[in-house]
Amino acid sequence: MIQVRQISKNYKNVQALKELSFEVQAGEIFGIIGPDGAGKTSLFRILATLLLADSGSARVANLDVVQDYKKIRSRIGYMPGRFSLYQDLSVIENLELFATVFNTSVKENYDLIKDIYCQIEPFKDRKAGKLSGGMKQKLALSCALIHKPTVLFLDEPTTGVDPVSRKEFWDMLRKLKQQGITILVSTPYMDEASLCDRIALIQNGQFLHIDSPQNMVKQFPKPLYAMETIENYKWLNTLKNDARIASVYICGEKLHLTFKADPALHLPDLVPVAPTIEDCFIHLMQYN
Amino acid sequence: MNTIEVHELTKKFGDFTAVDSISFDVATGEVLGFLGANGAGKTTAMRMLCGLSKPSSGQGRVAGFDIVRQPEQIKKNIGYMSQKFSLYEDLKVWENIRLFAGIYGMENRLIATKTDEMLHRLGFASEKNTIVKTLPLGWKQKLAFSVSIFHEPKIVFLDEPTGGVDPITRRQFWELIYQAAHRGITLFVTTHYMDEAEYCNRISMMVDGRIEALGTPKQLKQQFQATSIDEVFRKLARKAVRNE
Repeated sequence: MIQVRQISKNYKNVQALKELSFEVQAGEIFGIIGPDGAGKTSLFRILATLLLADSGSARVANLDVVQDYKKIRSRIGYMPGRFSLYQDLSVIENLELFATVFNTSVKENYDLIKDIYCQIEPFKDRKAGKLSGGMKQKLALSCALIHKPTVLFLDEPTTGVDPVSRKEFWDMLRKLKQQGITILVSTPYMDEASLCDRIALIQNGQFLHIDSPQNMVKQFPKPLYAMETIENYKWLNTLKNDARIASVYICGEKLHLTFKADPALHLPDLVPVAPTIEDCFIHLMQYN
Repeated sequence: MNTIEVHELTKKFGDFTAVDSISFDVATGEVLGFLGANGAGKTTAMRMLCGLSKPSSGQGRVAGFDIVRQPEQIKKNIGYMSQKFSLYEDLKVWENIRLFAGIYGMENRLIATKTDEMLHRLGFASEKNTIVKTLPLGWKQKLAFSVSIFHEPKIVFLDEPTGGVDPITRRQFWELIYQAAHRGITLFVTTHYMDEAEYCNRISMMVDGRIEALGTPKQLKQQFQATSIDEVFRKLARKAVRNE
């Protein structure tokens, strides 16, 4: 459903994207995971036909992003990272506007947005600018879906949204996937990676790795250990200078460690742990 | 010793109780995560702690000063950093430091020597004359944090400090936070990243104006039979009746 070949994009002296290639299958939830400035938004804007790449090619729904840009626009739904609806129009006015722009009506495609829109319908006469973060996000998703797109581009839809609304949002995405919609979604939250079918970790305009979240953690190259102490900061400074240790960093309440050889068993409360996507990201950053 | 002591602190706007009789202490050098859904009352509570808003009832002391009678002294003893706004992008690194140190009333000759000292410690000495806008995000955040503690406040309020940075930068940032805590600065952190909350010594969770849970990440996970703070949050926030 999405094919990207060697896409590059430069802004003056910044290389935003460096020969990126990947494919997304129909009906897949594909996550682009990485920090601010990694190139996520440039990639989304190229695929949504809002920005031209310097080189490389991309196809969305089997259409070329340059030649067929007009056709693509009617088949995709795009939710930009910044809230981009009309703040001084009401909820229902925004929705009707988007439906009209795409030559359809709210009534015609109500089924697709029903589950999402019904949660904000009680506030349909409220100005979009007066909605809370979670409600804005639901309205933006409704507007992106109103013309029944086959592909959805969601650029950081959950940034700044509280955990309850984030959970609800991902539940909605899973329902859309069941209806056959292909979803490309970006996020800086590593814990959302496991909710995608496949993920690409992105850093400085390059993919560090593409795989399913399950496979990615399996490929972590060394046994990973966690250590819980009351004095994590002191231990961290001590262990950083220990020649037997390959890596040590803080991870929440714990320290995560890998060893050059067998684990040094003199350390207190050392337990083997399964790596997370964040551990994989750190490892890949260090070795790339 | 406690840097923050709050007893039955309440704030009403008309007949709406934004903050409903909260009581808690934060020890000197502690890192407290202050969590809650949008509209739970976090911002109102923080504004009272910073001396920016007078409570309707209840008492509190921050950095040894009374929040009702001595708000101006409190303001001199706190620092603030937010991911959204922290430094002036169009000013140079040293100009930002000079500006904020001046606002907090530091003496000029002290500022100059301390600036060099701080930039040296961060490994930023070569960036003294760089316009902040051109720095990488991770550097900006480290610099913003260092500026927020430049005047040696007793307590720093951090609003979603590491949103959007890569995992390595994020850890370096937390090392700076722990370093500051080790030196006796108290840190008050709000965030929507629940995994970030797990870096705090203790976490408070607000629901509908009240503190519904307070403890170490481990204690909270045990208490709510959850595997993550994210799950604890969701279990608690589900109880909320207040609609934003």
